[in-house]
Amino acid sequence: MEQQAIHDVVKKYILTEFLPGEDPDELTDDTPLVTTGILDSLATLKLVTFLEQKFNITVEAHEADIENLNTLALISRLVHGKL
Amino acid sequence: MTLHGYLDHSVARFASKTAIREPGGAITYGELGELSDRLRNRLVHLGVRPGDRVGIYLGKSIDTVAVIFGILKTGAAYVPVDPTAPPTRNAYILNNCSVKVAVTEKRFEEALRRELAREGSTPALIVLDQVGGGDGLRGALRAAGAEAPAPATPSVYPDADALAYILYTSGSTGRPKGVILSHRNATSFVDWCSETFAPVPADVFSSHAPFHFDLSILDIYTPLKHGATLALIPEDVGKEPQKLAQLIHDTCITVWYSTPSILSLLVQYGKLETYDLSHIRTVLFAGEVFPIVHLKALHKILPKPRYFNLYGPTETNVCTFYELPPEIPVDRADPFPIGVVCSHLESTVVDEGGNDVPRGERGELCISGPSVTSGYWSLPEQTAKAYLDAGPHAVAGRWYKTGDIVTEAADGNYTYAGRKDRMVKKRGYRVELGEIESCLYRHPDIREAAVVALPDEALGMKVRAHLATRDGTRLSLIKLKAFCAQHLPVYMIPDVFSFHAELPKTSTEKTDYQTLMKME
Repeated sequence: MEQQAIHDVVKKYILTEFLPGEDPDELTDDTPLVTTGILDSLATLKLVTFLEQKFNITVEAHEADIENLNTLALISRLVHGKL
Repeated sequence: MTLHGYLDHSVARFASKTAIREPGGAITYGELGELSDRLRNRLVHLGVRPGDRVGIYLGKSIDTVAVIFGILKTGAAYVPVDPTAPPTRNAYILNNCSVKVAVTEKRFEEALRRELAREGSTPALIVLDQVGGGDGLRGALRAAGAEAPAPATPSVYPDADALAYILYTSGSTGRPKGVILSHRNATSFVDWCSETFAPVPADVFSSHAPFHFDLSILDIYTPLKHGATLALIPEDVGKEPQKLAQLIHDTCITVWYSTPSILSLLVQYGKLETYDLSHIRTVLFAGEVFPIVHLKALHKILPKPRYFNLYGPTETNVCTFYELPPEIPVDRADPFPIGVVCSHLESTVVDEGGNDVPRGERGELCISGPSVTSGYWSLPEQTAKAYLDAGPHAVAGRWYKTGDIVTEAADGNYTYAGRKDRMVKKRGYRVELGEIESCLYRHPDIREAAVVALPDEALGMKVRAHLATRDGTRLSLIKLKAFCAQHLPVYMIPDVFSFHAELPKTSTEKTDYQTLMKME
């Protein structure tokens, strides 16, 4: 799967699950997600579970951190690197 | 007795034993004693005197514990701030209690200097390149010593009523307020822990809570008093259940202490059942109600340890406790009681006039005894309001009003029934809904803001902000959350935002919170 396609799937999930009613244009590739509380600890766990099931990958415990999950761009890169 | 007296005692008996362990590092009692002595010398050289305050703005590490003891050894008090909170808030705190020196890390230095200058405050800074294993502190002391040696000075052992530390909690007026704690406040509690949990040198205590949170008092001082080992859990690992489960296993933790939130996450996502965790002998939790469904699940995976529900605000530290029965009845649906008053304290339940209510009736829990704080830093009015000022107890000693409504059962156990005011607990943290509202009112587009807390099955508590904007349009959630993140710690940022043309009012034109609780 192309990185852009991954990006679109993840973006849609975050908008639906954690930002209901938000204008999709406001969620850019570099919007910080963890440091703004959009992804709190429980939301992060839900997102990781979603990524694992949707893309049939395994996200190791040490990978589920701010360096890999703080923006859409980082999340897409993490998933793409595992396919 | 002083808090650093505990460390001296263990240094003398257990010099070569491991005092603290963290991922990638460890320090012995002898080394911890020596490193904190060197910081003491440096602080005294910088002008710190008994009664002064010294700020701590550091990631959680061995270095930080050494800094705590270095400060205490000067006879000064330590003021730990949340390294993940906005620098604006932290600079406010350090200026509010006028710290003479602050110890920080390079990564925070620039923002801290800028925000302190804005507050008009200029404490001396000791800047560590980074923290870990005590090496950051050693490096900073070496560099400072090369410029100007700090002569050795003896430790100061102040009176037990001297200030030992200040912990800032959410304040209803929109600014954090500092709870002032003396050595006696802390040691009377730690000595109760000794009596109740019988620590031994072979124990490994978890340190999950950050140091600006009062759970850290049990974590730090109980094991170090008894020559046991303190296992530090860094901020990032602490929030990730899988890493955390691995760490609990690898460091052979015997006594666990945290908020129920993190235990709930561990049960759901930590894959606990895949580890041999038979080394855990005691599980302590405090800070909020433990949802019974997750507690039952935890007990099923780990049936062997003793479980204690500890209760108490920062102003008293733990003041009641309840030991769970060895078996939890399958049909139990209510949370467990907060228990009976600790042996070093006294408790009473009063009505609004300060009179005792009959056993079984609802009333406010009030606590008296050596671990009860003398009040808040530089807030005489809020301090006065915190203690009973009416009824028969008002004249007989100092009774702290917890703000928690309880009922007392026939066996003496208290059951928590709710709050008297607008403070809520989220992930164990105290959150004054008024402080969130103050933040939202700083937003130029917001005309009205009212914040309510609602029960939530997954999160325990969900904070919803009801807003009316100046031009009646919705604001971007992302921009709103980013705005809040500049002023509030992440756990205080509302989970949900709702937009309305205007907010409902009562007949006296006050915000109608009862109606807001029911609104989407």
